[in-house]
Amino acid sequence: MNNRTLKKYFPIFVLPTLIAFMIAFVIPFIMGIYLSFCKFNTIRDAEWVGIKNYINIFSDDKTFVQALVRTVKFTVVSVVIINIGAFALALLLTRKLPGTNIFRTIFFMPNLIGGIVLGYIWKETLDTLTRKIFKLPFAYTGRNFGFWGLVLVMCWQLMGYMMIIYIAGIQNIPEDVMEAAKIDGATPFQILYKITIPLVMPSVTICLFLTLSNSFKLYDQNYALNGNSNKTSLLALDIYKTFYGASSYAEGRGQAKAVIFFIIVAVITFAQLGLTRSKEVES
Amino acid sequence: MSENEVKTEELTIPQKREDIPEPKIGAHAAKVIADTITIIVLTCLAILFLIPIAAVVMNSFKKKIYLAQNKGNAFELLTKKSWNGFKNYTEGAKAVGMTSAIKNSFIITIFAVIVLILLTAMTAWYLVRVKSKVTSIIYYGFVFSMVVPFQMVMFTMANLADMLGLTTVTGLIVLYVGFGAGMCVFMFSGFVKAIPIDVEEAAMIDGCNPLQTFFRVVVPMLRPTMITVAILESMWIWNDYLLPKLTLPTEVKTIPLAIDACTGSHGTYQLGWLMAMLVIAIIPIIIFYLSCQKHIIKGVAAGAVKG
Repeated sequence: MNNRTLKKYFPIFVLPTLIAFMIAFVIPFIMGIYLSFCKFNTIRDAEWVGIKNYINIFSDDKTFVQALVRTVKFTVVSVVIINIGAFALALLLTRKLPGTNIFRTIFFMPNLIGGIVLGYIWKETLDTLTRKIFKLPFAYTGRNFGFWGLVLVMCWQLMGYMMIIYIAGIQNIPEDVMEAAKIDGATPFQILYKITIPLVMPSVTICLFLTLSNSFKLYDQNYALNGNSNKTSLLALDIYKTFYGASSYAEGRGQAKAVIFFIIVAVITFAQLGLTRSKEVES
Repeated sequence: MSENEVKTEELTIPQKREDIPEPKIGAHAAKVIADTITIIVLTCLAILFLIPIAAVVMNSFKKKIYLAQNKGNAFELLTKKSWNGFKNYTEGAKAVGMTSAIKNSFIITIFAVIVLILLTAMTAWYLVRVKSKVTSIIYYGFVFSMVVPFQMVMFTMANLADMLGLTTVTGLIVLYVGFGAGMCVFMFSGFVKAIPIDVEEAAMIDGCNPLQTFFRVVVPMLRPTMITVAILESMWIWNDYLLPKLTLPTEVKTIPLAIDACTGSHGTYQLGWLMAMLVIAIIPIIIFYLSCQKHIIKGVAAGAVKG
């Protein structure tokens, strides 16, 4: 390739994307880090205050630590439930039964519906379920159902998605391995534990991290389902509320929270990259 | 001839089967029972999956009083008494400006995705083919942006967009191109690396300039990836709520913003409107899904592996 000719085309090939990228990401990101050490209302009236914002998050403003604990809990619960459920569905749908395609279509569909629409669909459903059908004393906006309601919505949305990935993984298992195990007299449970699960481990890693980062960064569903209650805010919603909430000059704290949020997400992502890389080497 | 062929096949198949030990009758019956139970379980689950959507569709046709907090039951079947026709649809759409929201959502999604795919494919190709310090810094910049959650840049981006006058539909498209560039460049460069360079070199020797080479040689080879990326990005942009909420002025809405507006102030808005608007919001998604299901499932699975 004649690199020198191509090189001259930088303004056409790269510059437009780069300008948009600068406006939408690079400049906001750098300013975001700087502003987390400032007191400000808009980006023009920033005043350097050092690490005061970070100290405030952990001393005065209790919502951040609470939201962090809640987010970790929520993430663990939904990752476990979603993956077990999705794997079970995938096992059932790879048995070559009639109607498999219809089931797959139905289970996957909620994944395409956006968080806001999904959240409001479930808000009304949960409301009727709790108040009218089971006559529970607390409503979905209360402490208890908010958390579990969110888990339920998350399962509804992500199970079909993870199921698709698990199905692909199971279908990739060479058929002769299965045949050999059957001829050797392995029971279905032995096949599951000794063959299916070890061989779909790459899909498991992908799904674990996808559900992990999706649950950890959850915003839309959380906002739609229980945006008006502080007691069920996850991290992303808590950051939004700090920025755009009622208290004045809280923006610095919001930005500091956002930086910590970013660091946690980055650590999770790099852990994922490291894990998938090492897995690839093994196989 | 053809009859003979069929007959020989019929004859050979049973012969082959004799090699395999015959399954016991008990085992066969057990399999039938297990299959039946599986199908019943799956059907129940599928119904549970669909109930919330079905309830919303049904309730979108109910009169206000049948949806009231303390009176109605959202799972009560629609009757002649509670039937409200399409009133919720027409009144709701008028109240929240759904028609213009649908228009905006389509404009933003279609244009942002087309511009995004075109520009980032060009960028990715350039970054892979021209090796220098600058290009690798730019490339890693794009990759890095994939790790950063939206909340990190949310406030500053909205402020900057305001200062630059990007708080319009066109401005929003620019922001989507910028914020989506990271993942697109990453996915495209992965595939460009796998394309043999010889074809491009041949095109260059034959006198194509880089633009011609890109559009006539590279784009046709990138097409499957472009479809995958386009599906992933359009799902994101179509459903996105926060970015348009933070940048667009309140009177300009996309579908998620219009849905949110249905719940705005309790006195003036009705639950039936919300239901009707939810149905309107779901219809395009279901049409999109059923019409290109294969591409979507493939794309989503590919996106999972890459990102």
